[in-house]
Amino acid sequence: MALLELRDLSVRFQTNDAEVRAVNDVNLTVEAGETLGIVGESGSGKSQLSFAIMGLLARNGRASGRVIFDGQNILNAPPKVLNRIRAEQIAMIFQDPMTSLNPYMRVSDQMAEVLTLHKGLSKRDAVAQAVQMLDAVKIPDAKGRVRLYPHEFSGGMRQRVMIAMALLCRPKLLIADEPTTALDVTVQAQIMQLLSDLQRDFGMAMMLITHDLGVVAGSCERVAVMYGGRIRETGPVGAIFAEPTLPYTQGLLDAIPRVDQDDEELRAIPGQPPNMSRPPSGCAFQPRCPYRRDVCATIDPPLEAFAPGRARACHAPVPEVLGRMTRAAPEPDQPAAHPNEAVPQPIPRGAVAGAGAAGTTSTTEGQ
Amino acid sequence: MSDLLNVRDLRVTFPIRREGALPWSKPQPLQAVAGVDFTLRPGETLGVVGESGCGKSTLARALIGLVPATGLARWNDGQDLLAMTPRQMMAYRSDIQMVFQDPLASLNPRMTVGQIIAEPLTTHRPKLGRAEVKDRVRAMMEKVGLLSNQINRYPHEFSGGQCQRIGIARALIVEPRLIICDEPVSALDVSIQAQVINLLIRLQKDLGLSLIFIAHDLSVVKHISDRVMVLYLGRVMETASSDDLYGNPQHPYTQALLSAVPVPDPTIETSKTIVPLAGDLPSPMNPPSGCVFRTRCPRAQARCAAEVPELLGGDHGIACHFPGHLTETEIAHARRTEAA
Repeated sequence: MALLELRDLSVRFQTNDAEVRAVNDVNLTVEAGETLGIVGESGSGKSQLSFAIMGLLARNGRASGRVIFDGQNILNAPPKVLNRIRAEQIAMIFQDPMTSLNPYMRVSDQMAEVLTLHKGLSKRDAVAQAVQMLDAVKIPDAKGRVRLYPHEFSGGMRQRVMIAMALLCRPKLLIADEPTTALDVTVQAQIMQLLSDLQRDFGMAMMLITHDLGVVAGSCERVAVMYGGRIRETGPVGAIFAEPTLPYTQGLLDAIPRVDQDDEELRAIPGQPPNMSRPPSGCAFQPRCPYRRDVCATIDPPLEAFAPGRARACHAPVPEVLGRMTRAAPEPDQPAAHPNEAVPQPIPRGAVAGAGAAGTTSTTEGQ
Repeated sequence: MSDLLNVRDLRVTFPIRREGALPWSKPQPLQAVAGVDFTLRPGETLGVVGESGCGKSTLARALIGLVPATGLARWNDGQDLLAMTPRQMMAYRSDIQMVFQDPLASLNPRMTVGQIIAEPLTTHRPKLGRAEVKDRVRAMMEKVGLLSNQINRYPHEFSGGQCQRIGIARALIVEPRLIICDEPVSALDVSIQAQVINLLIRLQKDLGLSLIFIAHDLSVVKHISDRVMVLYLGRVMETASSDDLYGNPQHPYTQALLSAVPVPDPTIETSKTIVPLAGDLPSPMNPPSGCVFRTRCPRAQARCAAEVPELLGGDHGIACHFPGHLTETEIAHARRTEAA
């Protein structure tokens, strides 16, 4: 049984103008001990998804569907039930540690509060455990610094404090919402390393929500790509990065400048992310998609499995489109390993990058 | 070709009262920028990278006179920008424009896009007629990829990427020779970020602009820059052509920074060695003696604490007593010290 299972999870916000459909029919599982990356741009619904799981939606938000954690549906559960699960079973860390820690309380007090509340420890024992945990997240001189206030820590140290606080009750699942976005790269590398060490030591699953594909590449086993409130592609990290089949995923990978390569021109995705109070008809990515077909504007494709462990929601997946193009090429006996040369003009520029990998798969042969 | 801007020993010092100090005590000097040298050629892009607090934004602000600075910043015509009165500076402000990080916050919410873009023009070219100003604004909007029929809209009606285009249009309208971009794309989504970077590169080529591009994202800086300068605690650690700096980093700090940049490729990302940096950034109020980086350097020795390293090496300048690639042994040693 999966540790966490989301079934048809949707989130709607009632605003003065319109109903905003932030998350639409998300189905997702997280196995015990696994790291799942959720990637998306701002407004893709990735954060609202996690807030819905934790019962933290804003007042005008309404979640529907099922969130099954350890066999129990916890979506819209009463606060009493949720409070037992939050922190003890599922913990969450946020992007900005300064606004998530209470500036009026000493670190020792806010950390001890978690333990006295959830575990019924005495204040003295709770502080002792807090110090242990600060040691575990490698805060130097934890014993001395536990008495400090949050503002007396640097950004990276504050994030460590928040991680320590989240781990106090040894949760089975940690939801990390952009945990390193506000940090410098050197600190980011330290924090990601720390998270993966702790995850191994505590045998905890992690749901890593981020916009940074580099961070996902380094620390996740599986990844789900979100766009317009829906999961549009999921699969093992290696496969998704090597041969993305969703035009959006490929577009994202092509749009990132890379420090290890000399890229001539960035292939930007034209247009803008959709406004979810007025989503486009059919597939949400359709207005920006280089492979758009007629059907894309009318029917939003369902998320379907197409290979072991992989699923996508697309009418015109990249390998299929490129396969068709390659077959129509004037020289059909071009070696399959170099489809770039065989690609005729009508292929949009953004398409070519993934072709080397995608064109060689058996999917192409089967068309 | 002569240099567009020649900066020598630029220093910015802020008087700061120490934490917990009495209000009437004497403030201590904080050197945010401590002796930076660089030259910028026409049409060239200089990337400035470093962690937060390294003085990269202060450097930009000093150049356009937003914070007081000492040293020399010789403009193309031989004038020193830092020695000018505000009135004298006025003539140069249209030559040097700035693009800011937060696209929405840097636009006045009560002005229409047309007014925002026209403002520098009416300030610096007061003789232009109304119709001419409007024509130029419309042309500039088209140039940066905005629809000219949106001229009467307000900033909140635009997305982040479009607001950044408005900011760029406002900077370009007075035909500057240098644009200072302070984290211009860090608030934008990946797909939009690429659009804005491509726009900047295209405009630079078309108009022969020079850029000073400040960012914390090393991949973006690599992509856009001809030369790159690495700052740490207000000092230049290493400066070289983009290819040289990224292909052959010599300063231990540059190597540590580059090794920490995540690469969107799981095979590389899970197998690479990250050079760990011990501890936190030291307080700029009380920088370490000698080389400021020595407290976190995997290669630091006694000489580093005693002598300040000079920026040597001409085109590939390195401020380090012991430059060169870090060996596996040194990295392993650094990892053990960090763990301890």
